[in-house]
Amino acid sequence: MPKVKKPKVAVWKFASCDGCQLSLLDCEDELLAVAGAIEIANFPEASRAVMKGPYDISLVEGSITTPHDAERIQEVRRISKFLITIGACATAGGIQALRNFKDVKEFISIVYAKPAYISTLEKSTPIAEHVKVDFELRGCPINKYQLLEVVNAFLNGRKPNIPSYSVCVECKRRGTVCVMTAYGTPCLGPVTQAGCGAICPAYHRGCYGCFGPKETPNTTSLSTWWRRLGVTNQNLVRAFRGFNAYAEPFRKESEAYEQK
Amino acid sequence: MSKSSKTIRVDYLTRVEGEGALYVKIQNNKVTDLKFKIFEPPRFFEAFLRGRTFTEAPDITARICGICPIAYQMSSCHAMEDACGVTVDGQLRALRRLIYCGEWIESHVLHVAMLHAPDFLGYESAIHMAKDHPDLVQQALKLKKIGNDLVTFLGGREIHPINVRVGGFYKVPTKSELRGLVPNLQWARDAAYELVRWTGTLEFPDFEQDYEFVALRHPDEYPFNEGRLVSNKGLDIAIREYEEHFVEEHVEHSNALHSVIKGRGNYFVGPLARYNINFDKLPRSVQKAAKEAGLGPVCTNPFKSIIVRAVETLYACEEALRIINEYEMPEKPYVEVHPRAGVGCGCTEAPRGILYHRYRIDDQGVILDAKIVPPTSQNQKTIESDLWHFVPKNINLSKEQLTWKCEQAIRNYDPCISCATHFLKVEIERE
Repeated sequence: MPKVKKPKVAVWKFASCDGCQLSLLDCEDELLAVAGAIEIANFPEASRAVMKGPYDISLVEGSITTPHDAERIQEVRRISKFLITIGACATAGGIQALRNFKDVKEFISIVYAKPAYISTLEKSTPIAEHVKVDFELRGCPINKYQLLEVVNAFLNGRKPNIPSYSVCVECKRRGTVCVMTAYGTPCLGPVTQAGCGAICPAYHRGCYGCFGPKETPNTTSLSTWWRRLGVTNQNLVRAFRGFNAYAEPFRKESEAYEQK
Repeated sequence: MSKSSKTIRVDYLTRVEGEGALYVKIQNNKVTDLKFKIFEPPRFFEAFLRGRTFTEAPDITARICGICPIAYQMSSCHAMEDACGVTVDGQLRALRRLIYCGEWIESHVLHVAMLHAPDFLGYESAIHMAKDHPDLVQQALKLKKIGNDLVTFLGGREIHPINVRVGGFYKVPTKSELRGLVPNLQWARDAAYELVRWTGTLEFPDFEQDYEFVALRHPDEYPFNEGRLVSNKGLDIAIREYEEHFVEEHVEHSNALHSVIKGRGNYFVGPLARYNINFDKLPRSVQKAAKEAGLGPVCTNPFKSIIVRAVETLYACEEALRIINEYEMPEKPYVEVHPRAGVGCGCTEAPRGILYHRYRIDDQGVILDAKIVPPTSQNQKTIESDLWHFVPKNINLSKEQLTWKCEQAIRNYDPCISCATHFLKVEIERE
């Protein structure tokens, strides 16, 4: 059999916790098989070997927060056939996008004694605000099986099978009793995209929105329900200002309640 | 360029968590400048924690690091409980140790086999190494998975677990559910023992340094969540006294703050420090395994930290089995914690060393002020100091070899630059 050239995959990191790219190393059962099917051409967390681009697939973790990174992402786009963002930082700006609601200069002086040494942008923004993105994989962290599915789909020229319905669907499938109706526990499940497997309700807590807004979420209605459960306006703002605070539906909802 | 001068530049340090770089300048065979830099963009956790409620700290701070989220959850929970005057003990305390065992196994095996071992055997990565050493890599992946499975079982998922809360857990397992983990953990214990023996067969550079090791020390156990902060040079303080003895300095070349002991300078945290301070608290079986791998009760060669990580992996497997064996399901999964105005501190042993959190909250539980000191920022100065001593000893190596050796010396610390903000890139300049 003639030797087939293996597709080249690169992993890039911007502002993030490393957790989403770690998901790849956490595929313990699949890692060596994956490494056999693709050329891991650039993955600094795992290897010192670096192959030059262009790459067939670039997996991008993290948000854009510095002038240097705003330039770097342009270069990554130029040398990538497909660019896939992985995780809440890359798709929504991440938890560090909480700075977008405040004055970043104040933030710098809280953490660092000599603010002049720090170079940072006013906002933490998702990759898609800077370059064209071929697919956005959600989650804080991403689901590693969804990652394998997306990579597989792109390598085989098909559409990734990633549902955009809510966490509620996963709860029903799992047979988990609704924590909101049964126990009055505030839950973001109705407006949050599936993907985690509805873990929180199975552990008796409400969803806190790791996978960001689902397609066409009715956040206004959910907030009304939360208010009925006794949640204060301030806590509603906090709930929508989590790891996907800067995703538009969540941002708008938190801003609506901040002004009330 | 003359033979005696060179610059070693590692612009993007690999096989570490985050973005770091090293710059070394050598003139006439002497090191004239050396900087370990952290490039990781700042994320300002301490700033945006202000105004959040005390119950949110474990989930928010977990996002500082995807490799050791449990450490962040534990330190923040302990700090909040300290502020509110609550103690979590009995089986809930034991379950906290148990989930920490899972994180140590997962994180240590990742580092030993996937990130550090390739340096000793001369491979670019574990994936390259797997071609010649398939059994070693497959066994390590299986062991790492058992650590992750333990975190997933108790925490809901391996990265950013969802089941940890201030006061305990959202849901606790039944006795029989927990028992289900035993066969895998028994296999893991044997595999960890093999890993200890294997690390003992590696070749180590002759490099002993006079460090000040700092770790938690507890009267009854090898430390995870509690104890006093103790060093081999006379430090012995309560966690609350941390900031009276340690200060962070902001230097130009790094986005992470450098931490020092007041009046004494740099210090060393992590597995090697824990081992040196707490060797007597390890079970005899674990001490014996360490001895067989060539380790005495004191080890001051940072390259041997790879053996110590394997030893701690073995300990974590044994401790997990002990906890499961003695487990009785608690009546409630958590202790009620009511906020009160005050300051609370927590310090726990992350895989990479002590992780200190301090919060000031108001009577409604709103965070007014937060301080977080991760292990890697505490080790930064020691990493630089090691390199100042290490490079002259290896000055005759080719630039390429010296660069790789420097990277290996940095990886001794398993630096997590995402934590310290993040980073690793080496640059050696010879003139």
